[in-house]
Amino acid sequence: MASPVFASLQERLVPAAGPAVLSHGLLAFTLAPAELLPTAQRLKTEFGFDVFLDVTAVDWLGQAPRFEVVHHFYSTAHKVRVRLKTRVGADDPSVDSLVPLYGSAAFMERECHDMYGIGFRGNDDLRPILLYEGFVGHPLRKDYPKTQEQPLVPYRS
Amino acid sequence: MYARTIPIVPAAKGKDASFEYLTTRKDELIGWARKFSIFPYPFVTACCAMEFMAVSASPYDTDRFGAALPRFSPRQADLLMVVGTVTHKQAPVLLKVYEQMCEPKWVMAFGVCATSGGFYQNYAALPGIDKIIPVDIYIPGCPPRPEMVIDGIMQLQDQIARASHPIVTGKF
Repeated sequence: MASPVFASLQERLVPAAGPAVLSHGLLAFTLAPAELLPTAQRLKTEFGFDVFLDVTAVDWLGQAPRFEVVHHFYSTAHKVRVRLKTRVGADDPSVDSLVPLYGSAAFMERECHDMYGIGFRGNDDLRPILLYEGFVGHPLRKDYPKTQEQPLVPYRS
Repeated sequence: MYARTIPIVPAAKGKDASFEYLTTRKDELIGWARKFSIFPYPFVTACCAMEFMAVSASPYDTDRFGAALPRFSPRQADLLMVVGTVTHKQAPVLLKVYEQMCEPKWVMAFGVCATSGGFYQNYAALPGIDKIIPVDIYIPGCPPRPEMVIDGIMQLQDQIARASHPIVTGKF
């Protein structure tokens, strides 16, 4: 069930924002890291995507570029969602922060940094939010050992 | 199984018939008093809290065992009920709560997560609170039935009744 706004998105964002596919009722763009901030800016100002839903990542271990940073947006006017996917490499896994556009991005970017080690340029507060100070590594990366624990309190023998 | 018969000896014939006395051991007397005044401190972290509410409310009613009135300061509590999953991030808090409790104190691991970590075996979850604090009674189940919790409380009462209580000295 495609929304009318999707047609105008297809027409005006492609090709700058890369190819778009309709996936489970939302429009998904795959774009270059440099296009992320301008595209989000246009989504917010031109198309009325006023809610920043989430940012997360996918670890495609063994592929290059290794990480895929996934942003979701929602429009309260059109009642539809848009997804932006950006691939970044393992040597410098970072994208531009969306904090200048959406204040709520700050916490979600901290979580994404916790779990996947994705850097967000422009977000200078990437302290651990779900993990704790001193945690080594990023637990949702595929190369983090599944059962590895980092206890804060020494175990009783 | 849980109750102990205390012999009640009637007064000898010819004396005042209204006077009766009972014999007991000091440890038993203190244990009997303590087992019916377990003031719990609920350290409730997860979904087992729903079952904790069910077992506390009137249909099951832990008040029958003297274990109904939660103290919201660990300093006033006797029984630390750890209800739900404890994460590594929470472990220092749990240890601090335990260390603040005055002796005598007991610990109940309520639910399978507090008992052993349950189905969690990853970077986040503590695999059983007995990794950091001593536990007196384990109640498995996800979540445990109220009957299991009541059985656990009764077994803990039995433990308390059978234990030796250091308060009993030669002078007492």
